[in-house]
Amino acid sequence: MRSVLDLIGETPMVEVSQLSPNPNVRLVLKLEGRNPGGSVKDRVALALVEQAEADGILEPGRPDQVLLEPTSGNTGIGLALVARMKGYHLKVVLPTNVSVERRQLLEVWGAEIIESPAEEGSNGAVRMALRLAEEHLDWHMLYQYGNTANPAIHYRTTGPEIWRDCPEVTHLVAGLGTSGTLLGVGRYLKEQKPAIEVWAVEPPAGERVDGLRSLDDGFVPPIFEELGGAQLLDRKTVVRPRESIEVTRRLLTEAGVFVGISTGATVAGAIRCAKQIRPGTTGVVVAISADDGWKYLSTGAWTDDLDVVTKRAENTIYF
Amino acid sequence: MPVAVRLPTVLRSQAGGRAIVSVDGSTVGEVLRSLVTEHPGMGEQVLNEDGTLHRFVNVYVNDDDVRYLSALETPVKEGDEVSILPAVAGG
Repeated sequence: MRSVLDLIGETPMVEVSQLSPNPNVRLVLKLEGRNPGGSVKDRVALALVEQAEADGILEPGRPDQVLLEPTSGNTGIGLALVARMKGYHLKVVLPTNVSVERRQLLEVWGAEIIESPAEEGSNGAVRMALRLAEEHLDWHMLYQYGNTANPAIHYRTTGPEIWRDCPEVTHLVAGLGTSGTLLGVGRYLKEQKPAIEVWAVEPPAGERVDGLRSLDDGFVPPIFEELGGAQLLDRKTVVRPRESIEVTRRLLTEAGVFVGISTGATVAGAIRCAKQIRPGTTGVVVAISADDGWKYLSTGAWTDDLDVVTKRAENTIYF
Repeated sequence: MPVAVRLPTVLRSQAGGRAIVSVDGSTVGEVLRSLVTEHPGMGEQVLNEDGTLHRFVNVYVNDDDVRYLSALETPVKEGDEVSILPAVAGG
């Protein structure tokens, strides 16, 4: 490969049917942690920047150009990698309650961190970034939540990779953050085989966001509404921190797969999905693992008492 | 029939600080209407004037989002847990 950016995508898939509750259903995981920046968001980061370049908004190699993005970590890390390679200056608006490793990686790759209050969660980071973009018209906000380049890259790459490597797929399960993965991969797979069901998994993130004044401060990504997310999804299920960590541990101990806490949540959703597939019917549930476990070692997810880790996770953004 | 409703932090002040309240109803719509009748402060935050679900509210029965079940017509039975969560960004 000519550049580290050429290593983005083409991630492997691995069977984790040891965790399947249904003998007729296989579970398969797509390991997005194998991307060079360590998460599925490398695909999105590169796509957002390349789209801005194609539109003539950004000119490669001019470090006076500033990129701005609200992120709970992984998109920021992907963008920091891309910005480093292409010579842009990156500012990320990051809630203070993300894992210490997410912050460290942003610093290692040279991103400038603008902190947003933990009690406002990711919604607070989005609001602050939108305000900063209005105040600084020369900063270029890539805006993963509202930029169709995000789902488009999954439609062009992640979806076709799954279809090529696992054409027997019957169900897709992925985490819901920006909705980019679900919109892009879900639409691609349904176009190939309309019977494929698309399941979204989310953490109960809003339950403890103390900084919300009212439910009117909620946020639905504009791409989800614009691209008909509600019509595309077949099910949406919430997975709580304890179950997410339990499944993250089972993935390690039963299948030898070391993945992040959001993957534990996603696979917990895949297990629910497998359970409701009728007896006598076979199924292949493909779940997308957003990242590997490295960034969560400090949370004690594999090592500390489950109650203690659950409490910690309730106050941390891990999606 | 009494059903447990789990509230997000943002709504707890309207319910005397409680995280879980018990209200009657045999569908999600009935449960939510009972909830806002008993706790009027939650009214327009949960349901729109026309009785539909507020755009930034997600409601779950036993962790399944009701928008992908039968929405407000989704049946509930004793022992089910209804959760209300604000829509939140991720990524």
